[in-house]
Amino acid sequence: MTRVVHYLNQFFAGLGGEAAADAPPALRRGALGPGRKLQEFLGQGYDIIATVYCGDDRAVASPEVVAAILDLAAGEHPDILVAGPAFTSGRYGVACARVVAAATRAGIAAIAAMHPDNPGLDEAAPGVVIGSGASVREMAPSLERLAAAVRKHLAGDVLTDGDGRIGKRPRKNALADRPGAVRAVDLLLARLAGRDAVAEVSLPPFDSVAPASPVADPRTATVALLTEGGLVPLGNPDRLESARATRWLRYDIAGKSAASPSEYASVHGGFSTSWANQDPNRILPLDVARELEREGAVGALYGEYFATTGNGTTVPNARRFGVEWAAELRRSGIQAAILTAT
Amino acid sequence: MSVAERVGAPRIVPTRGIPYPTGDPALPAAEERAWRRELLRRALTAIATSVSGPTVFRGGAERAV
Repeated sequence: MTRVVHYLNQFFAGLGGEAAADAPPALRRGALGPGRKLQEFLGQGYDIIATVYCGDDRAVASPEVVAAILDLAAGEHPDILVAGPAFTSGRYGVACARVVAAATRAGIAAIAAMHPDNPGLDEAAPGVVIGSGASVREMAPSLERLAAAVRKHLAGDVLTDGDGRIGKRPRKNALADRPGAVRAVDLLLARLAGRDAVAEVSLPPFDSVAPASPVADPRTATVALLTEGGLVPLGNPDRLESARATRWLRYDIAGKSAASPSEYASVHGGFSTSWANQDPNRILPLDVARELEREGAVGALYGEYFATTGNGTTVPNARRFGVEWAAELRRSGIQAAILTAT
Repeated sequence: MSVAERVGAPRIVPTRGIPYPTGDPALPAAEERAWRRELLRRALTAIATSVSGPTVFRGGAERAV
């Protein structure tokens, strides 16, 4: 009998929602919640012997909590640890990712399931992640795919895109039959000849964004200034990252007639910031934006600017910033934004 | 094709250098400010223009970087 331990968050374990998000790691015998359906899909020969669960806030709070979750699971001597599906739930996805990463490092086979957009995805390596649907409505097909991956993984087969595998996977060194320069030229020639040759390194896909409708008249519109040039108040009080930003920030510009070098500087780590720091209007064009506002060419400037650092930012983080910025601007009644890109 | 076009930004105003999107340190201060004003003017034109895909708003004043 193959011994399976299943990890769930407080919600799927039946403890409750946000009110139970601080619940400490615990263990129950047998399958729980979605684990019952997972047991069905796994079929004969597999036994979910225990379910380990933890509140989402607690689980992502510190590495010690992940270690405690792993200890509970390891105590059952599982053949495999399965986490999720976490769908697009952020904290749950991060918890599942960290648990399978820790288990894999400890020599326990482990698979998590989550949606490809889940922010936890990048933390799961060297653990395995199988794609799930976006929401709990897709529970059954997500569990079915997860169960198939569990069986295949335990059989010693390598899980691939065809099995729904997503996220980082370990790179294996191998000796190619031809040197890189030859392969690169061959790929180029194939592309030039119109053949659909596949690159050896896969790049993250970019979303295609439908352009917003134009504003009817900028003279009556409220316009926001946004930048990914890392421009922050002097001293960087909120510690914006200079690269691989995970956050964005908002700063008050109401009543300011320009971006003064005595008030702002760029922390961007991807270019020399000396020109921007001499005159921050080179990144945040507040001086002329105010001028245009005074003259009536712009209805009004929004009273804050949003900033992040666009330097090695992951596509999922960049996508999240975009979604959050758009939501904030819409909530604040902004019709348009000017985003300076460095 | 610029990076902005390749990643699909719908409305693009080209500028003169990565470290100073709304400036040009090679210019005297008054001319630099006029250039910044021109860029913002063009941005306002862009937001009031209907586009169906990545569109570059050139004002004829670009210069190679």
